[in-house]
Formats: sequence, structure tokens, C-alpha cells
Amino acid sequence: MSRIAACMRVLRDAQRSALVPYVMAGDPGAEETVALMHAMVEAGANMIELGVPFSDPMADGPVIQKAAERALKGGMSLRGVIDIVHRFRRDDASTPVVLMGYLNPVERMGYDTFVTEAASAGVDGVLTVDLPPEEAESFTRLLREADIDPIFLLSPTTTSARMRAVCEAASGFVYYVSLKGVTGAASLDMDEVGERVRSIREITDLPVGVGFGISDAETASRMAMVADAVVVGSALVKRMQAHADNPARMRHEVSELLSQMRQAMDSHGGRYSSDAAPVGAPGG
Amino acid sequence: MDSPTEQRSGAGLPDARGHFGPYGGRFVSETLMYPLEELDAAYRRYRNDPAFLAELENDLTHFVGRPSPLYLAERWSRETGGARIWLKREDLNHTGAHKINNTVGQILLARRMGKTRIIAETGAGQHGVATATVAARQGLDCVVYMGAEDIQRQSPNVFRMRLLGAEVVAVESGSRTLKDALNEAMRDWVANVDDTFYVIGTVAGPAPYPEMVRDFQCVIGHEARRQMQERAGCLPDALVACVGGGSNAIGLFHPFLEDEGVALYGVEAAGDGIETGRHSAPLGAGRPGILHGNRTYLMEDDDGQIIETHSISAGLDYPGVGPEHAWLRDAGRATYVGVTDEQALAAFHHLCRTEGIIPALESAHALAYAGQLAAGMRPDQNIIVNLSGRGDKDIQTIAEREGITL
Repeated sequence: MSRIAACMRVLRDAQRSALVPYVMAGDPGAEETVALMHAMVEAGANMIELGVPFSDPMADGPVIQKAAERALKGGMSLRGVIDIVHRFRRDDASTPVVLMGYLNPVERMGYDTFVTEAASAGVDGVLTVDLPPEEAESFTRLLREADIDPIFLLSPTTTSARMRAVCEAASGFVYYVSLKGVTGAASLDMDEVGERVRSIREITDLPVGVGFGISDAETASRMAMVADAVVVGSALVKRMQAHADNPARMRHEVSELLSQMRQAMDSHGGRYSSDAAPVGAPGG
Repeated sequence: MDSPTEQRSGAGLPDARGHFGPYGGRFVSETLMYPLEELDAAYRRYRNDPAFLAELENDLTHFVGRPSPLYLAERWSRETGGARIWLKREDLNHTGAHKINNTVGQILLARRMGKTRIIAETGAGQHGVATATVAARQGLDCVVYMGAEDIQRQSPNVFRMRLLGAEVVAVESGSRTLKDALNEAMRDWVANVDDTFYVIGTVAGPAPYPEMVRDFQCVIGHEARRQMQERAGCLPDALVACVGGGSNAIGLFHPFLEDEGVALYGVEAAGDGIETGRHSAPLGAGRPGILHGNRTYLMEDDDGQIIETHSISAGLDYPGVGPEHAWLRDAGRATYVGVTDEQALAAFHHLCRTEGIIPALESAHALAYAGQLAAGMRPDQNIIVNLSGRGDKDIQTIAEREGITL
């Protein structure tokens, strides 16, 4: 069983949802990223999404785009990201790490080389934002052969026919993009998200993660009632950006937000059950 | 694909999934898959719909001013002492470039799809102006994304778009040029897919854009073919067009793909010279990769990051190129060459003085190569150059470069 599947099973048995923070590799530097990843786990993260910087991040909002620009300016590369995972694994053998980025750096490195090096570093999942399953067949096969889970996105505009195809291509979990927009956008309709997650569950047994637009403890907690994993990106990256010159303070700020989210997610006593998923906040 | 000729030329491409061999495709985030499928279905429905085609034809004739003339540049041809050079006068279209052929088509489609808001990206501003123009005429809201760098280089076009009622949004991210404007337009589209139609200005982007934009631009090649036969009683020996994204070139080339006797030359911007690294020539000096929804030749570094490009002409300053050009390059059907800023400027002045036509700096790249090519050909041979746009928008750039204050 993959590290992601094992992690999700343990949480499911304990009726808890995974808290999955996102961090842009190399922002502000490789050292700081490794330290942040450990701090995130300590603050209650169950899995880490490690951003691979790209010069033209079409699906990301300004916060993550700026983080990518800073990381690239500091010399971060796809090889550098894989090295960060290597270093993280020296002290953490159990927390799954998912790389999230765009296809071109992988295409440039070569698919075989990338998969071999990512697997040996201890990468557990790969989410390539601009690679839909239609174009991903051979890459998905390579990833699976190396026991790396190919993670795919589902969005509010995904038709049910596509939903089936995407879930078939995916393993580990599927990632529901909770709004039409880029990362870090504002408005979230909880009821709609709950509805969509329920319809995804009718199609697949894979755990369902939800992300895009989750910025505070309350939203995280409400998401945890419907989803198996809650992904937090721009809200964290904003805090990192605000304290880029003070790594200790940055870790503290990030840990603080994650702890609040963790607490809120665990406090509502039991999350989604497969028969009747509660929708919306308690009492509202 | 039907005939063996078609297989060699690739005239039947793309395939059902938008691939030109290994190039093209649909590399976008999940949120855009549905709107692209919706667009694809609408395009397939209307491309053969008599009422749609009649309206398109009517707009091209009475609003755009088609057909554009095929003009024999006699003085210039005599001076080069070689082949006869004909200019396909896309600069005489309404708004001064070939771009409007495509915006008229896409916005007609947008209206049929019930979309009320139009967005576009622009580099030199020609596509932005052509989009704003048609949106105004159709009474649709229009937002144009433009790199902050390009806004400075092309201020008259910015003002033109605003006069036409469009909102011009300055893009400050990345290199602040066309590629960043494209990223920003994609982000807008992701957030507003329900009511918004994204009018891409070139033959790049995710399927079906490369095919759809090509089809709307093919009016150039269809006319040129007919006009050449009427005027000279033969097909041309060579076609020459500049290639940024490559829409004016593919529009001229495509109707000739199966005519093996017609040589095709695409001219990329070599900027300060290919050897300096400061250029915009992905077909000449780049590698295949993925950007803006398709696989094609790109300007990238060893880590697969897109690198900044350089050209005196904003319309050619783009690190990618349409996937059909990538395919034609590999198949050997078309030849891609580079022309530097200096060479383009010399051709610009030459055309002004010998023919009384001020060409766009983009088109001047094609003119420069056509001059070289013609000199090595016989006087009974014919070259068609796509004069894709007029140069009024560039006079500020040229004056500055030559130390003249207007």
C-alpha cells in the first residue's frame, strides 16, 4: 500500500480528515522549506503538497505565482525540489509528500528520469496541474510502476462522464477544486461543495481532497465535514511571504494557522460518514 | 486523412484530439476542460452551418473589407532583380491587420453560444484592437489583457482599444509581455467560464484554438490562391510569412499544403541574432515542450522554465509557436528561418520608399527574407509575401530607435 493510501486509511478509521498544507519549494530557500515541512507535520499536517515552481503558472493566483517567481530567482529547479524531498525523508519516513506543479519541467527532465529520481527520493504522489488524464496515459503508467500515485483534479465544471475517467486514472486520492477560479480566490459555496463531493463519492472509493479557497480554521473545519483531506495553499503562502526575512517567525506563523485548523477540524466530533454526509457548518 | 498527398502534407490534421503528430493537444487544468469541450462542440456545429457561414462572409466583405488585394510590387521586384514579389495586403483590412479575420469568426461563435463577455490577450495590440472592434459592434463587454511592457511600447493601440469601449488590463507578472497576458487571460477564463468567451489571437493554445483560428485565417490563402491564378495563371513558387504564434502564416500556407511545388517559408524574429540568445525563434533555436495548453517548440532553459524573448516587434515577441508550425517544421513541409531586428528595419524602410507602403514591423521580417529569396530566383517565378499588418503602430518605435523625437 502506498504511503498516501496508508495515511488516508488510518485517518478514515479514526474518523478524521487529513490536513494537507502546501508549500512552494525553495521559497525563500531549500533549507527553510525542509524546516517548514517538519514544522507543518508537528503542527498537525498529515500530508504535504510541495509546489514545484514554474515560470508560467496558469492555474495559480498572484500569491502562489509570486512565490514561484521568488523560488526561481533563488535558483530552485525540479531537481532541487526532488532533493528537498530527499532531505525531508532523512527525518520523516511516514508523512506522504505530493509534488504539485506543471508539466514542462517534467517533460524537459524526461519522464523516465523524473519518475526514477522522484521515487528514490520518497515522493508519494504527483499532481501535474496542466496534464489532464487524456494526455497522461503513459506518464500515469510510469508513475504507477514506481508506486507513485498520480493525483488528478476534479472541478465544478467536470461532467459526470469525465469524472469517471479522471477517477479511473487517479490513485491515492482525487482532488476536488472547490471553486471556479485560480488558487487563493475568495468565494466558496459550502453547500455546493458538499453536493459535488457526494456525487464524486458515488463514482469512486478513492478519498476526496478539497482545496482552493480554504483560508481559515472555520472553513477548514466545515470542509473536513465533507472531505477526506483539506488542502490549504495561498493562506499559508501569504504568511510565509510576510515573514520571508525571519524563518523562525515564518515557521511559527505557519504552525499557528495549521494548529488552529487542526483543532477546528477535530473538534466537531466525527466527520463525514459514507452514508449521510453532513453539509455546511454545525447549526447552519 | 484521405489521400497520400494529404498524409504527407498534414492537411487533414489535427486529429480528433487536437494533435498535429506529437504537437498540439489540450494541456490545461481541469476547470478548463469543460469550456474547451463546449467550444469544440459549438465550433464543429457551426463551421458547416450555412447561416453562420453566410453571416461570416457578409462581415468579412462589408465590415472587414475583403477580399484584400494581391499587389505586385513591381519596383521592389525590379530592384532585387529576381522573382516577382506579390504582397497579400492584409494591412488594408479594417483595423490594419489580419487579426480581424479571426476575431470576427470567434465573436460570431461567442454570440451563438450565448456568451456575453469577451476576453483576449494581446502583444502588439493588433489582436486586442481587432477584438475590441468586433465586440463593440456586437455589443459585448470586452476585457483585453496586455503586458505592462507592451502597453508602453504600443500606447496608440491601448488608446484605440479604450476608445472602442474595451477595458485594458496591464499585466505586471513575469516578463510583462504577451506570454504573461495569455496566462492572465486564462486565469480570468477559469474564474468566469459561464458567461465568458476567450478569443485567442493566434494558432496556439489548447485544442480547438489552433485549428479554429487557422480555419478563420485560411481566407487569406484561399483568396491568394485564386488571385494568383487569375493574375498570373499559375500557383506561386514560394510563400513567405512572419511567424510569432503563426496565425497569418498558417492562414496563407494551409490552403497550399498539398501543392508540393509551392515552397513555404516562415520567418521568425532573430532579434539581436540567434547566436546572442536574444531572439524569439523557438522553431529555429528552441525545443519541444508544453506551454499555454499545447505541446510545441518553446524557448526554455535546462529546467523547463520559459525564458524571456526579444524582438523589436511586439507581435513576434513570444516564446512559443503554433503546434501546426512545429509539425510542418519536423515534416519538412515548411522551412523556418530567422531575420534580425536590423534586417527587418532595413526591409521596412525599403518598402516605404519603393512601394509607398508602411509595413508592420512583424511583416517587415517576412519582407526581409522575401528579398533575399527573390534575388536567387528567376524573373518568371512568383513569391507571395503576407503583408500581415500596416506599420502606423510602429512609427514611435522606429523613431526612438533612430533617435528622432516625434
